[in-house]
Amino acid sequence: MATAEKFVGRSVLRKEDPEFLTGRARYTDDLSVPGMLWMAVVRSPYAHARVKGVDLSRAMATEGVVAAYSASDFEWAGPLLMAWPVTDDIKNPPHYPLTATPRYAGDGVAVVVAQTRGAAEDGAENVLVDYEPLPTVTDVEAALADGAPIVHDDLDTNRSYTWANTIGDVDKVFAEAPVVIKERYRVQRQVPNAMEPRAIVVEPNMASGHYTMWSSTQIPHVLRTAMAIATGIPESKLRIVAPRVGGGFGSKLQVYPEEALALEVARKLRRPIKWTETRSENFVATHHGRDQVQEIELAADEDGKIRGYRTKILANMGAYLRIIAPGTPVLGAFLYCGAYEGEAYHIEITGVFTNTTPVDAYRGAGRPEATQAIERAVDALARRVGKDVVEIRRMNFMPPFTEATQSIGGLMIDSGNYPATLDAALELLDYDQLRKEQQARRDAGDRKQLGIGFSTYLENCGWGPSRVIGGVLKYAGGGWEASTVRCHPTGKVVVITGATPHGQGGETAYAQVAADELGIAVEDVEVLFGDTDIAPSGWDTYGSRGAAVGSPAISMAAKKVVAKARKIAAHELEVSEEDLEYADGTFSVKGAPDQSRTIPAIAFSAWTSHDLPEGVEPGLEESAFFDPQNLVFPFGAHICVAEVDTETGDAQVLKYVAVDDVGTVINPMLVEGQVVGGVIQGIAEALYEEAVYDDNAQLMTSTMTTYAIPAATEMPSVVTGNHVTPSTTNDLGIKGVGETGTIAAPPAVLNAVVDAVSHLGVTEIERPATPERVWRAIRDARGAQGGGA
Amino acid sequence: MTHVSVTVNGESREADVEPRTLLVYFLRETLGLTGTNVGCDTSTCGSCTVLLDGESVKSCTLLAAQADGRQVTTIEAMASNGDLHPLQEAFRRNHGLQCGYCTPGMIMAAKSLLDENPNPTEEQVREGLEGNLCRCTGYQNIVKSILDAAGSMSGASA
Repeated sequence: MATAEKFVGRSVLRKEDPEFLTGRARYTDDLSVPGMLWMAVVRSPYAHARVKGVDLSRAMATEGVVAAYSASDFEWAGPLLMAWPVTDDIKNPPHYPLTATPRYAGDGVAVVVAQTRGAAEDGAENVLVDYEPLPTVTDVEAALADGAPIVHDDLDTNRSYTWANTIGDVDKVFAEAPVVIKERYRVQRQVPNAMEPRAIVVEPNMASGHYTMWSSTQIPHVLRTAMAIATGIPESKLRIVAPRVGGGFGSKLQVYPEEALALEVARKLRRPIKWTETRSENFVATHHGRDQVQEIELAADEDGKIRGYRTKILANMGAYLRIIAPGTPVLGAFLYCGAYEGEAYHIEITGVFTNTTPVDAYRGAGRPEATQAIERAVDALARRVGKDVVEIRRMNFMPPFTEATQSIGGLMIDSGNYPATLDAALELLDYDQLRKEQQARRDAGDRKQLGIGFSTYLENCGWGPSRVIGGVLKYAGGGWEASTVRCHPTGKVVVITGATPHGQGGETAYAQVAADELGIAVEDVEVLFGDTDIAPSGWDTYGSRGAAVGSPAISMAAKKVVAKARKIAAHELEVSEEDLEYADGTFSVKGAPDQSRTIPAIAFSAWTSHDLPEGVEPGLEESAFFDPQNLVFPFGAHICVAEVDTETGDAQVLKYVAVDDVGTVINPMLVEGQVVGGVIQGIAEALYEEAVYDDNAQLMTSTMTTYAIPAATEMPSVVTGNHVTPSTTNDLGIKGVGETGTIAAPPAVLNAVVDAVSHLGVTEIERPATPERVWRAIRDARGAQGGGA
Repeated sequence: MTHVSVTVNGESREADVEPRTLLVYFLRETLGLTGTNVGCDTSTCGSCTVLLDGESVKSCTLLAAQADGRQVTTIEAMASNGDLHPLQEAFRRNHGLQCGYCTPGMIMAAKSLLDENPNPTEEQVREGLEGNLCRCTGYQNIVKSILDAAGSMSGASA
């Protein structure tokens, strides 16, 4: 029988688009509840202080203000959830939604509740707080120095934890290696800046004791548990809804003080509460990303064959450990060898408290940091041993493999073919010609010099096998995903997923997966998610897990539906189940294909339930939980061609090609969208974006005008290519794609910029490679070479 | 309170508002037109872009009172009788949106751009979007969508 064209693999246009395009999408701030009051948070202007007194009387006298509270007005059942204690001796001072000892500028000290948004803001301005400022520290190395101000004064140190892993005889390899290079990098702090600021609406039902919270969150399921822990309201009485969410990038993978506050204030006042973050608040009150100081050493032979890796990371945690903050650098801890071979590997990560906004997951979370270290260090090694950057990568790649293989970094990788994506990327541009042009410009002493940068990355994502993440990695949560597939009697299908897409196109991709299993059209599948009363079980969307862990759960539930339908079809056609063939949503009798039943017809039979076989329950609806046995391991090759103006230091990306192997592709259009969006975000990380604190721990880059988010004029077009090595971690062969761009791009860009001016003696440019930094690097290199000009 | 009278999407709308009410909150909270989004408080991001007397403005930079007696067009008026505007069609066809939050502002900015220059080059489109930030798409497909819409609109009118 002919097989109809499958939906998986096709660029199906997005089901969710029309509501966004017409302004009908409902984000949290679009929601209003009758009787609703507005909440505003009073934030400490000091990065470290003792609150000696809070006078709420003027706030209470402000027109429209209904209530005002300081930290001492709340009794919490528990702190805000920190779910990843990476070591047994981790120091994790509890974080409560309001404090009398603010530890970063923006830490909440009081809340005001009023009739209107404006009145709440007026009231907040009228809260008088008597602060005794305390000494501050923002830099990780300064925070570990003797005599540094201590962020949590009940600790005697700013060191939260040290996590280490060693494979092989590292000391011996380094002692015997003829070439050892040591590089030091600063991975600057980023502000995620999802376009939608956070927002919360809480509606209490005081009669039943139920609460509904709408929040712009990536993690409604985790949040439900965390709110139960913080407030003592049972999970069974909490409904969390993430309506349309305007981007996350990890910044909404969090349990925020305002969520607990809105819930608790609604309980106190027995009124619905709304809070919407301003962008200025977002800069200080929504968690930041990255912020590491890295030292990476490579031990190698004289020809550049790498023997060993030794890395030391200082990771800035900010003022408190937030939900997965300690684990964020650990997510990259197995990748400081990239896709390369070796004999020994050591990594040590130290998490450090500072008087800054908490740092947590930002698109890539730990893996961009690792990738930028190894990919830049490999370039440094190539310069040291006089090898071309392509050649040194080729000679160090793990050879292609299709059986699970252990990397020197400690990952059991299901499959990989690293040379193949490099070859494919090189086919998208003329490398030899580019090198010739580069040489010609160098020979001519052109003002604008050309650089070519590579990033042949490997990553681990698809969070994650519960047994592994809860075992050796000490993560407190699970890593499975859940789905229910329900066939309605008219042939329409509802898919419920515990994943929570927030812009990636999951609704469309999931419908494609379900449609293929059930032999129906994508249009006949509705995908529901993001409401804990509708999708009660799940671990939400982050860490490139939506496709890799969410889709297999849907496929499993759909297969269970098919298995049940087979029993009913066999009964109706009066044959044994073994006599039936199933394809494209139709069961037909072997040898008598005109005797058949479709899934929609069986759904109707199961609904009426007039004549079901013995032991078969009514209804055609099945649920499944998918817990992967391993992570997934996307890889690829990105090449950046950049031009550097040696007079001004301005670096421009002229061309960018990206070939990613993300396994089976459900929807090429969506995958390309993820790659391109991520690459542009990664280019911005390499060249523009940086959160800067001054000596008083005040965030200097605290608006969209001072923090350089790129606009359309600054960005190139990205050329993408595709390579497929199916993952064996799930039956669909899917890996993740959400983070590959930000993981791969920054080192490709930085390598290109350094390459453009390396002939002038430049070997390193600090991130982001702003015109000033590039200009200074050129000037310093020329000075060091004794040149003038 | 200040009395404002604005023609919004062809309908005459009046209300008494606090003098400090920004046009975007008048649209969103007084009139319930929540398609126009707020993404920043420094007039940087362009999520709140609407048309004022046919020209694109950031509705967070104007007081509602400044729109008194004028015509405002929002994203809600772009589709007619359930048919998407060619720009909306082009954004869908070219995957010009992901989370959708910047999309209404992008489409209104693009409408204004194409009204002024029906056949822009890629560079002109990118320049025209300089006041509108997107964090998801990297702009590539937004630019593609607008060029595609320009093509289909000039084709339709030819």
